[in-house]
Amino acid sequence: MTLLEVRGLGVSYRSGGREVPAVRGVDLTLDRGETLGLAGESGSGKSTLALSLLRLLPAGTRVEGQVRWEGEDLLTAKWSRVRAVRWAGASVVFQGALSALNPVRTVGDQICEPIVLHEGATRREARRRAGELLESVGVPVRRLDGYPHEFSGGQRQRIMIAMALACRPDLIIADEPTTALDVMVQAQILQLLADLVKEERIAVLMISHDLSVLAQMCDRLAVMYAGQLVETGPSAQLLTDPRHPYTRALAGAFPVIGDPASRRAPSGLPGDPPNQAQLGAGCAFAPRCPEADADCRTGAVQLWPAGPGRDAACLRVLPDGVLPDGALRDGAAERPADGADAVPAEPGGADATGERAGEQAEEQAAPQPAAGTSAGGQS
Amino acid sequence: MSASAPASAAGPTASAGPAEAAPAALEVRGLTVVHPPRGGRGPARAVDGVDLRLEQGEILALIGESGCGKSTLARALVGLTRPTSGEVLYRGTPLRYTGSALKAYRRHTQLVLQDPGGALNPRQTVFDAVAEGPRLHGLKEGLEERVRSALSRAGLRPPEDFLARYPHQLSGGQQQRVVIAGALALDPAVVVADEPVASLDASVRGEILQLVLRLRDELGLSALVVSHDLGLAWNIADRVAVMYLGRIVEVGTVEDVLLRPVHPYTRALLSVLPGPDRGRRPTVLTGEAPDPTAVPAGCRFHPRCPAWAALDGPGREAAGCTVRELPVLTADPGAGRQAACHLVDAAADTPAGGAGTAGAPGGAAQAPGAEDGRG
Amino acid sequence: MTAPGTRADGTRADGTRADGAPADGLRADGAPGPAPAYRPPRAAALRRFARAYLARRAGAAGLGILVLAALLALTAPLYIGDGQLDVTRVDGPLLAPPSGAYPLGTDHAGRSVLLLTVWGARSSLAVGCVATVLTVLLGSAVGLVAGHYGGRLGRALMHVTDWFIALPSLPLAISLAAVIGQGPVSITIAIAVTSWSATARLVRAQTIAVGARPFVERARALGAGEAQVMFRHILPNVTPIILVSATLTVASAILSEATLTFLGLGDPTDVTWGSMLSAALSQGAVTYGAWWYLMAPGTAILLVVLGFTLTGRTVEHLLNPRTGGAS
Repeated sequence: MTLLEVRGLGVSYRSGGREVPAVRGVDLTLDRGETLGLAGESGSGKSTLALSLLRLLPAGTRVEGQVRWEGEDLLTAKWSRVRAVRWAGASVVFQGALSALNPVRTVGDQICEPIVLHEGATRREARRRAGELLESVGVPVRRLDGYPHEFSGGQRQRIMIAMALACRPDLIIADEPTTALDVMVQAQILQLLADLVKEERIAVLMISHDLSVLAQMCDRLAVMYAGQLVETGPSAQLLTDPRHPYTRALAGAFPVIGDPASRRAPSGLPGDPPNQAQLGAGCAFAPRCPEADADCRTGAVQLWPAGPGRDAACLRVLPDGVLPDGALRDGAAERPADGADAVPAEPGGADATGERAGEQAEEQAAPQPAAGTSAGGQS
Repeated sequence: MSASAPASAAGPTASAGPAEAAPAALEVRGLTVVHPPRGGRGPARAVDGVDLRLEQGEILALIGESGCGKSTLARALVGLTRPTSGEVLYRGTPLRYTGSALKAYRRHTQLVLQDPGGALNPRQTVFDAVAEGPRLHGLKEGLEERVRSALSRAGLRPPEDFLARYPHQLSGGQQQRVVIAGALALDPAVVVADEPVASLDASVRGEILQLVLRLRDELGLSALVVSHDLGLAWNIADRVAVMYLGRIVEVGTVEDVLLRPVHPYTRALLSVLPGPDRGRRPTVLTGEAPDPTAVPAGCRFHPRCPAWAALDGPGREAAGCTVRELPVLTADPGAGRQAACHLVDAAADTPAGGAGTAGAPGGAAQAPGAEDGRG
Repeated sequence: MTAPGTRADGTRADGTRADGAPADGLRADGAPGPAPAYRPPRAAALRRFARAYLARRAGAAGLGILVLAALLALTAPLYIGDGQLDVTRVDGPLLAPPSGAYPLGTDHAGRSVLLLTVWGARSSLAVGCVATVLTVLLGSAVGLVAGHYGGRLGRALMHVTDWFIALPSLPLAISLAAVIGQGPVSITIAIAVTSWSATARLVRAQTIAVGARPFVERARALGAGEAQVMFRHILPNVTPIILVSATLTVASAILSEATLTFLGLGDPTDVTWGSMLSAALSQGAVTYGAWWYLMAPGTAILLVVLGFTLTGRTVEHLLNPRTGGAS
């Protein structure tokens, strides 16, 4: 059974008497030993998405859709069940390791706590296991009785990972785990996570704005913009051959050294992230998109197959002559048949993302025809 | 490379000759900054003997891990930190640390900080933040016009829309542009930027870097950009200086240093750059950034050096990394690429002082440790 | 937050996306000519501040209380004659409960409690305000200097502050009264001397925190001297804590004044809220069940303290660009 399956997840906050969507219609799957990277700029909803998986969002946040943990929907499950998943199933590693650690307790105590609480271990057993965990993340066991401030930033992040591992989770959600760290320390942490995935078959959901870090760490990537997934696929392909202009901008932000195209030519993305309370019709990215035309501003977009195992929410990935509404009526699985060029999609291979288009089709059918009428002229 | 280089005569690629003629925009000679002992530790040698030149119209990237002294060096360059020894020269004139001399100096040299949110006073409007420099220097005439022009040069257009805003009403990228506009309002000759994009989103990063490049191209600004990000150097810099534990360990043009690195530390930094190529094995140095209160004898990098670790007993003895002091790399850009490494010296068979002066790719190829890291 | 008058900047913040169209607030009160005024003139800014202030109900209520109290206190001599407060000349019933003639009842000597309370405001407010001004000035100056310059000077100042923190206020006030003589002056000095150290500590901590923020370094790099850093950057960001400290101090000063007078350190001939409470207790108001005698000065103290607190909070709210936006 799939470890984690997210279907049509939507999250909205109440702000000033209005519902402001933060995450809209997100589908994801993640299995044991898999690594998925979630990319996007601040405000794109990526952290909200991660927190909503374990129902860690503040009260008053509206969450819809399904988050299936081994088939069971956590959003409707009992609190006791959610708590069980939180400590035994999935752990979160947060960005600021200093603020996430309690400054007045030793790290040993803090690692032991969940082991004692949830596994019923004795203090002695828990301490032994805490020592092993520290060792496994590369911190000497003798530092078990140290306080957080006595450790460097990289070591604190390792300790956070050790804490996350304390109850042998199946999934680690890492929210910007290396953002505040130096390149060398970042490399150490990434290597540590990669080894964990390999040895313990832990699934990792890693969140970052740095596409190159995600690409190094994860098998698959999902790029988020304005609360929606705009592109998913194998990480190397996404980085080297992005299909969505936003992914292209993110990928271009971190140059490949030696690539003459980026020498003295930093690439950036003009404009600011959209205010999600004021999204109009059409593609949310259109106002900043260098390639946007009239169709993009009027027609709604959704993830369409964009190659083997890949999807992108951009009108450009639709083959010539295929109208968005046509694609919707026929369902995503059949559409590539008449899409002659460039999109040899194999719906089966598009794990968990292939069937999505069909699901979203119904809700989005309404605004479509308007786009369809004018989409004919698009190249 | 010189195709898009600045028009300035003393371009980074210029040979030793013209470098003598035009004084460097900014130069440091034998600079050391020692922080007094604290909390039971010895004095911290944050900057420990650095010679460096920033030519006019040049963008120089200063790369290193946190704690290597790069931020201290940047602050010494703008006169915020007084060096323990050595001197800072602006257009060939040594900086004096008197109130009026410093104030005059600060008209010409500006600092841009990492965290734009923190660098702006939350109780000042954009206008006041940008006007601060001109006001401090008594440039009251045409103040408004000056502020407007600085804002639009920094890419905040139309400036009227921003004048009355407060920092918290701006996005991170806009805040950094305001900080840059605040620097530009004084028409400086040199900008020292400390991690100008480290706290910004990936999508904004390129925009700010483009701005730095454009300011150099259009205004002839010289810029020293401090960063831990080698990609930034590739994106905008003419030359790179790699710093480790208070010293420059490798310096040269971006192409030389980033494409044909010779110092094992530079190689390691390059190898750990994240990317989609997951097959390669990066040279991950163990341990944290080194401690400036306990600088190792000999080559200060040897405890973490993969090239030294790869040597056998007799080889280590011959190399003498643990005992022989390394010379300070010269500031003269005409000297070409240089690296402070005994192993490179030995391999390239050049006298220690002139280390990498050969600067040829051949030297790089011969350097030990060349096999690892880069595919 | 919801005050309509404060949203001029807020709309601009929201309008980020719709660039090109400058928010109307920007040009509405602008100077003549094509150049839009980026900052309204001082008078207009004050007007805007006043509007925003009055739009906040808590602030308006607080200010209302204070204005009323001040007016009553200042105009008291116009309608309260000596005859009404002189124990030897009044002729009302003793400890009579509230009635038409005496809305708040009478005291043990037959004086109107209402008139006593109004008269008492004069001394209580004066002592409270003067003591607060002294406290805040001294405390802020010491805190700012100690926090900003640090080093030997800062440490020395903090040692002195610690010494004053350790000083017990009551014995000090009693000694001062003995030296200077009883009365409002010695009470004011006693309050100021014992309470400035807390303000100094608070301001110093905030000064150090603000001084470590990058915008201070940026200002130095731009060429700002110590004074400019202090007045343009540190002080505006320390002001909220000074304001909060001032509202707390004024409240505690009025209470201290009452306490010290209650203990008999005030001028025995003067009527203050503290002396009223003291007299009420010593003259057996509790035994007679004369609640009105205690209630009036007590409520007056409570209301004035509340007024200062509400006012201080509103001012801080509006001065903070993040929450207020009117500057």
